[in-house]
Amino acid sequence: MVTAAEELGPVPDLWKRRHLLALEDLSAEEISLIFDKAEVFKRAMAAGQRKIPVVTGKTCVNLFFENSTRTRNSFSLAARRLGADTVDFSASTSSLSKGETFIDTAKNIEAMGIDLVVVRHHTPGAPQLLAQNLNCGVINAGDGPHEHPTQGLLDILTIRQRCGRVAGLTVALVGDIAHSRTARSNIWGLKKLGAHVIVCGPSTLVSPRWAELGVEYSYSLDDILPRVDVLNLLRIQFERQTTRPFPSVREYAHLYAMDRQRLAKTKPDILILAPGPINRGVEVTPDVADGPHSAILEQVTNGVAVRMAVLWLILGERAPVK
Amino acid sequence: MPATLITNGRVIDPSQGIDRVTNLLVSDGRIAAYDATPTGQETVIDAAGKIVVPGLIDMHVHLREPGFEEDETIASGTAAALAGGFASIACIPNTDPPIDTQGAVEFIRDRAARADHCNVFVIACVSKNREGKELAEIGQLVEAGAVAFSDDGAPVSDSELMRRAFEYCLMFDKPVLNHAEIRELTSRGVMHEGLTSLILGLSGIPAAAEDVMTSRDIALAEATGGKLHIMHVSTANSVDALRRAKSRGVRVTAEATPHHFTLTDECLRSFDSNFKMNPPLRGREHVQAVIAGLADGTIDVIASDHAPHAKEKKMQELDQAPFGVIGLETSLAVVITELIEPGHLDWPTVLRKMTVNPARILGIPKGTLQLGADADITIIDPKARWTVDPSKFLSKSSNTPFAGRELTGRADLVMVGGRVKFQR
Repeated sequence: MVTAAEELGPVPDLWKRRHLLALEDLSAEEISLIFDKAEVFKRAMAAGQRKIPVVTGKTCVNLFFENSTRTRNSFSLAARRLGADTVDFSASTSSLSKGETFIDTAKNIEAMGIDLVVVRHHTPGAPQLLAQNLNCGVINAGDGPHEHPTQGLLDILTIRQRCGRVAGLTVALVGDIAHSRTARSNIWGLKKLGAHVIVCGPSTLVSPRWAELGVEYSYSLDDILPRVDVLNLLRIQFERQTTRPFPSVREYAHLYAMDRQRLAKTKPDILILAPGPINRGVEVTPDVADGPHSAILEQVTNGVAVRMAVLWLILGERAPVK
Repeated sequence: MPATLITNGRVIDPSQGIDRVTNLLVSDGRIAAYDATPTGQETVIDAAGKIVVPGLIDMHVHLREPGFEEDETIASGTAAALAGGFASIACIPNTDPPIDTQGAVEFIRDRAARADHCNVFVIACVSKNREGKELAEIGQLVEAGAVAFSDDGAPVSDSELMRRAFEYCLMFDKPVLNHAEIRELTSRGVMHEGLTSLILGLSGIPAAAEDVMTSRDIALAEATGGKLHIMHVSTANSVDALRRAKSRGVRVTAEATPHHFTLTDECLRSFDSNFKMNPPLRGREHVQAVIAGLADGTIDVIASDHAPHAKEKKMQELDQAPFGVIGLETSLAVVITELIEPGHLDWPTVLRKMTVNPARILGIPKGTLQLGADADITIIDPKARWTVDPSKFLSKSSNTPFAGRELTGRADLVMVGGRVKFQR
């Protein structure tokens, strides 16, 4: 039996990146490569392999300026399963509260001998700023409403596994599109792989300008339900909204919550994703979230696999140059 | 002081409609004669192949002193002005403390005199402490030498206060300069609201925030007969509103900055805070509207909105970095490269907006080469090719959006009151 490490081989030449900042930057081939490698890791883990030590001796830092449990733990687990060391760094316990700048903080951490920084920040472009100022690798774990590439990847990988393909599918992203980094990463990734994307939500949160990027927009979930293959239900990001974009949560749920009545209008094999954390009763009712169409927990499993693949591609051994 | 003869230059003076090659004689700090022949007594400056113009004026400069000397000082800012070809600048009062007292106006004039670089004209606050609540002591500020009034950086949001400002300034015949922005529409905004902000997930500053305020100010100026100057116009609808107001005879003037008629919001794709300013870089359609407004005279003035910020302030996350970019040392070259060379505007039209027009708006005896006028003269090399290198700036700050750009044309020499204050 071949081990996962043998199956992986060296990091392929197709992958040349030191950073993963945005899915907008990636080619379809690069995305597919990540998926293929993520599946190797997923199979190995399912077969009971706890450690696949292909990046031993490397150190990853989780540099999180925004709250997160799922993403941070997922990155930590991924790194440890690959044999890397991880350090968690959160803004509230740092020198940032003493007035140190973001870049200085990052440079200080890098000076401790770090190979990779996984950064989450409330400002779009913060990971790019780090990538320009640090010598180590940078992975964007969410920069404000801009992108969250590994979330986009794990969502799309889940679709690929469940539906057997991505090209030709109609995928609707529903909810707070305006403030959602998950939406943006999904849009780029899905489009590159040939899916048809619909963004759906209240007109205050769904810009008609998405059409300029070849994305369909809709204000009516009920209208689009019969023709979608995948629904990705996004959280309402109250914390990012400057003014209230709709009159009440009650009204939002009335118009957009995915419940049993709405489920009855969909294709029979519809796939339902939610990046979490979910607001039960707002975006989705419990019976749907926990029902057979939901892949919410599979997304979490895929999250670890995708992050292992990305960490390995950035930090792993490359084939010797001939 | 010996007389100076500037020979064989193409003299362009829009205030007199002059555009011809001639010898210009300067004597006793004043313009003494045209078509002068050398007598051997004068200091001769050979300006063959060069363009000789009234000392350029930039009416929108943040000198940062007092209060923000880490960004710029009156000495460094005026040195940068000279290097950019400017013989006169007007400085904006958003300092700390703000320029809302006679003492503060005198401080700036005193520091500028000690620096002895270019002329500095003081724009003072419209409202006390720039709070937008009550009028500053405009009469006393005029006595101290203030030439215009503005709370720039902050718009005058209160319409009643703005109306009073127009009315009150009438008796001093001074203009009110406003930064046109409805703050309720721009909170947390970082860049122009458009397709690029949608993609980047950055909070938007909609064009409507400027359009609404421009229209309000025009209505108030029209109602009071006051003099309004709209600073850094950046939207198509603002240009349109100004054009219509001017056709009705409203006493309104306007300025545009080099960055607003050259760069678009797509520059923010780099997430570089040197493209962050307010008003923000807009979309292509707005850039074209601003150029059209410059070409047809709707926009009277080109001003840099030179807004220095120390590197440590700009090198932050995009929402933390302050708004503003510097422009004194690139303005002229950007104008030549982006407006004159592509044929959008000709030399006299451009120079009008950098000489006589700002002088008239501010009511200052500058921007002209009439006989007897102060010998403020800029000699431009229209063909010089150079690359913008922020480390070479005389400004204390380097936050330019034009770093690395190849530009054409620059000032070779600046004379202020007959004395050569800058020579490349």
